[in-house]
Amino acid sequence: MGDGKVGVVFVSHSALIAEGLVDLARQMAPTVNLVPAGGTDAGGIGTSFEKVSAAISEADAGHGVAVLCDLGSAILTAETALDFLDDVLRARVRVVDAALVEGGVAAAVTAETGGDLDAVESSARSAVFGPVSEAPAGAAPAAGGAGFSRTVALTNKDGLHARPAAEFVKLANTFAARVTVNGKDAKSLLGIMALGLVQGTDVTIASADPEGEDAVNALAELVASGFGES
Amino acid sequence: MGLDGAWARAWLETSAAVVAEHRVELITLDRAIGDGDHGENLDRGFQAALAKAGDLAPDTTPADVLKLIATTLISTVGGAAGPLFGTAYLKAAGAVAGSDDLDADAVVTLLTAARDGIVLRGKAEPGDKTMIDAWTPAVDAAAAARDAGAGPAAVLVAAAAAAEGGAIATDPLVARKGRASYLGERAIGHRDPGAASTALLLRAAADVAGER
Repeated sequence: MGDGKVGVVFVSHSALIAEGLVDLARQMAPTVNLVPAGGTDAGGIGTSFEKVSAAISEADAGHGVAVLCDLGSAILTAETALDFLDDVLRARVRVVDAALVEGGVAAAVTAETGGDLDAVESSARSAVFGPVSEAPAGAAPAAGGAGFSRTVALTNKDGLHARPAAEFVKLANTFAARVTVNGKDAKSLLGIMALGLVQGTDVTIASADPEGEDAVNALAELVASGFGES
Repeated sequence: MGLDGAWARAWLETSAAVVAEHRVELITLDRAIGDGDHGENLDRGFQAALAKAGDLAPDTTPADVLKLIATTLISTVGGAAGPLFGTAYLKAAGAVAGSDDLDADAVVTLLTAARDGIVLRGKAEPGDKTMIDAWTPAVDAAAAARDAGAGPAAVLVAAAAAAEGGAIATDPLVARKGRASYLGERAIGHRDPGAASTALLLRAAADVAGER
């Protein structure tokens, strides 16, 4: 499992948090090596050098490992574990400074879409639930001007929740063109989830890029399909 | 004459005893501004290191003992103290590797490497209310004592006294690193547990050096 993909390790003081986060991220990243390293060796609250070291080795499939941590001493344990790895493995392991849950989910999704370690780190670091990030410059809606846009109704009962949102972002990432969803970056999972799109909402998918038409059509059809949900 | 492997072993034994003796005190300090596990974790780590010391060769060097302590603390201490003290002992071991006769200069080198290792790992600066507030005055005092012509045991005595002063001086500080940093001004009036344990460990080093 995890062939060709970056692995992700969740280091928490609590085994339940680390394992729960694997369950959560697994929904959106079914084929990534997601490995929990929570709690002490004795099962208490704390972090374990042995567990973190073993988790890194388990998560690695040769394409790098992103390690996300909760509180300060988890970071110290993870960085110490890195020091003890052999040079070859250490060169492709990174402790990522990001919010554990939000960043962890974003990292897992980016790994699922085939992103490299830089992309995984970048998505984790930028994933925070705050003001919705604006679409990148140059991805202005294509109203009347160059570009392409389609509006479809969201049919699934629970709206664009985590699983379909991840599916949407995965598909968006397969296209080079910049695409927006109601003005937000179609490649940002948390940005899209923060739109709070519910059943019946009109979703406008647009691209100002001349090559964006295929991407807009594919994404519009995915939304119109209801993501396989009723 | 300098400090040898027997000194390092005695330091480990006394450290384990002193940490066990002060376990509750360290837990109490940590409970006030941290997560309350410092005494327990450090005690478990040093007891584990003590148990492994029997495997050391009779002609073991100080670096061998320090490395044993380092790897044991890293693998058995769950809190921040494991990686921080573990890195300190590891860097100290590297700094005096191969020597079985540590003079005053070597002791300063050992202490400096330990302090630098903790800074590297934890990124704390003096005044952040961390163990660095005990380690840095200890290193400075050790260097001053060496410059004044002190022997290795006297260098350690100077370091221990400065660490004790540094630990006390953390009382009025607001923490800028670690769990205590979440408390803001509520950390004022409490001693940093890592600075307190640093002072205990350096005092143990001085005591066993003085007996030799």
